[in-house]
Amino acid sequence: MTTTTRAQPAEGRMAGRAFAYWITNYRRVWRGTIISGFLGPLFFLVAMGFGLGTLVDDGGLGAPGYVEFIAPGILAAQAMQTAVGESTFPVMGALKWQRQYHAMLAAPLGIADLVLGHVAFVAMRVAITSVAFAVVAVALGAITSWWVAAAVFAAVLTGLAFTTPVFAFAARQDNDSGFNVLFRFIVMPMFLFSGTFFPVEQLPAVLEAIAKVTPLWHGVELCRSLVMETATAAGSLGHVAYLAVWVVGGLWLAFASFRKRLVT
Amino acid sequence: MISAHRLTKRFGEFTAVDAIDVEVRRGEAFGFLGPNGAGKSSTMRMIGCVSPPTDGSLRILGLDPATDGPAIRARLGVVPQRDTLDEELTVRENILVYGRYFGLSRAHVRAKADELLEFAQLTERANSVVEPLSGGMKRRLTIARSLVNDPELLLLDEPTTGLDPQARHVLWDRLFRLKRSGVTLVLTTHYMDEAEQLCDRLVVMDGGRIVAEGSPRELIALHSTREVLELRFAADDHAPYAAKVTDLAERVEVLPDRLLLYTDDGDATAAAVQRRGLQPLSVLARRSTLEDVFLHLTGRTLVD
Amino acid sequence: MSAVNAIARALPIPAGAGLARTLVERNARAFRHGWVTLVSGVFEPVFYLFSLGVGLGALIGDVDAGGGRMIEYAAYVAPAMMAAAAMNGAVFDSTFNLFFKLKYAKLYDSVLATPLGPRDVAVGEISWALLRGLLYSTTFLVVAAAAGVVHSWWALLALPAASLIGLAFAAIGMSVTTYLRSWQDFDYIQLALLPMFLFSATFYPLSTYDESVRWVVQVTPLYHGVAMMRDLMLGDVAWGILAHVAYLVVMGLAGLLFAARRIERLLLR
Repeated sequence: MTTTTRAQPAEGRMAGRAFAYWITNYRRVWRGTIISGFLGPLFFLVAMGFGLGTLVDDGGLGAPGYVEFIAPGILAAQAMQTAVGESTFPVMGALKWQRQYHAMLAAPLGIADLVLGHVAFVAMRVAITSVAFAVVAVALGAITSWWVAAAVFAAVLTGLAFTTPVFAFAARQDNDSGFNVLFRFIVMPMFLFSGTFFPVEQLPAVLEAIAKVTPLWHGVELCRSLVMETATAAGSLGHVAYLAVWVVGGLWLAFASFRKRLVT
Repeated sequence: MISAHRLTKRFGEFTAVDAIDVEVRRGEAFGFLGPNGAGKSSTMRMIGCVSPPTDGSLRILGLDPATDGPAIRARLGVVPQRDTLDEELTVRENILVYGRYFGLSRAHVRAKADELLEFAQLTERANSVVEPLSGGMKRRLTIARSLVNDPELLLLDEPTTGLDPQARHVLWDRLFRLKRSGVTLVLTTHYMDEAEQLCDRLVVMDGGRIVAEGSPRELIALHSTREVLELRFAADDHAPYAAKVTDLAERVEVLPDRLLLYTDDGDATAAAVQRRGLQPLSVLARRSTLEDVFLHLTGRTLVD
Repeated sequence: MSAVNAIARALPIPAGAGLARTLVERNARAFRHGWVTLVSGVFEPVFYLFSLGVGLGALIGDVDAGGGRMIEYAAYVAPAMMAAAAMNGAVFDSTFNLFFKLKYAKLYDSVLATPLGPRDVAVGEISWALLRGLLYSTTFLVVAAAAGVVHSWWALLALPAASLIGLAFAAIGMSVTTYLRSWQDFDYIQLALLPMFLFSATFYPLSTYDESVRWVVQVTPLYHGVAMMRDLMLGDVAWGILAHVAYLVVMGLAGLLFAARRIERLLLR
């Protein structure tokens, strides 16, 4: 008998191995995600931008037309939806049904590795759909500025601002009823009221204030100001910093939730 | 109760059940034995009226499943191989709702549920959801549920597979009581001790056919010897030893780690082995079991 | 509930015991434990109504509801939201929920061990989907009326109209579900639903489209659901509405027959 014992890196340094697992997994199912992650936003852009846009009075938008107004909004909103979708059922599945996390913990990986590895995978998913959407929006003339490249990064950051807190939330759920509440009372209202489809100034003052606290509004504003080329350094940094607080705070909570759930 | 003649089930090219004849009488416990894939579950599904036979005739409770499915199922209890409990409901609700499927009145089902929870020793868990229950509890609940309509005929597909020994004995006890109260039991199993414990009569199935039929005692008498002598030698290959003892028993079987000598008197045969100067590491004389019959009839090759 | 059984008996499909109502009872019981999910379904169309109708509506002003009659955008979009909600709810129930019960919970394996047959399963599940839909459409109608976007007493007929839309889509959804293999296939259902939701003259009038593509919109079932609902809620009722009704009735009945046959083939192997 020969034994091979190799020194293993410290916890948190092996996230790449967890990431590699999710990539392998993704190669089997990517076709379906093209539809939900890419065609969906495209349909929204065409229906709302070009169809509904014909009815919208362009006055109060601060954009040349309605389609130019909502394209960056959908970019950010799509990032949110992809991120939340990838951070709910897949996380619960890996904890409860397929139990991939347990398998990883049985290997030398630690909590930080599996959280960071999976979060990195979600970020990659968000990046892919964001790039794809940006390309089409540019092709359709809905986005005309080269700053769209920066907007894609902003979209990924927006996605991450949802990914890490939702990881923390998902790891504390025993069944999917919590996800229904999350989708219907948090994600859906944000999608509809955080500036994607109309300026939040249209809302009553109280709701406007609430909308401006949501990470999505900051993501939408950041993406929109970038592609409209109206962004200021101070304003953009403010949005980025706000989103970063959600990412880091969420990650901290996610570590705690995962540790509570998996290490007993 | 059940009368099958040349009963056949084919799935496309594959023949799961191949023209079997079965008669089950009222009040008896009847077993289908066989390795995985022998056709037991397909037979059970046909008897449960959820799988139309491809060929042959089948009468259950004197009725034809093709035309009287609902009427037959109303008098049947079914315990499927895998628990199909309703995980969205509590323990008690599982029985209540199931009873309602039979068209029983709410009041009747409520009273019946209390009685069955008692029977299955689940009264304390009545309002718990199903998911956290142990395997044994779930199995007992499935059996309790199948009794809600006071069935004349209870079909049990591998009732104790996957349970720990304590849970199996509790279940056997419940099944004995049912049998005593006049319920006809039809069960499949691949546990021979279970078949010996529970069945008055059984058939051994292999490859969709019936290869043996009778009471456990008859089957042992017919297909095995009264006793079996197990010899273990200090060698990797037991085949050379087999040649040296082959005339001492009716039949000798070579396993990777031991020899089985089928004989009517194990101790006498052991003494004969000693006299030949052979020195096994261990000697065990035991009574022949249904397991010996089963392995003799269906072979030792692993079936998946 | 006896109406449910009457339908179950009337269908020309074998193997049923006329006990479909007990399956409805089962679902109602199960939802007592998951009532949050049930109640949360009320809010989605309401959120859409306020986002588009009120928020975006301020930027849109009045819309031509057909024949040159101008109405505020919220009143224009509300009937469409109600029709779309009926569609989405019915499809969700008859695909996602049904698939789960069929493949994972193995619910019907135990149901079919009782006198209930495939026909009872089909009728019971669709009845449940319709009852649930009725809860949603009633609350939506109340909210819409309170918001002042309901213009006629004809709107009361929007409730049975929503049930009709639900029936048509639940029947088709159920048929489709019997062909699904894995959760990934649900993306294809989304692929069919989302464009219908967005392009069936829901958010803007049919006249927005070029003449040459209008017929494509007009063959989709949701277009007929939306048009029927809009006529009722705006009190614009003429004989033409019967064409929409007929389309959905035919779709529902054909779907129901097909679904019951498929379920029978799937469960009674």
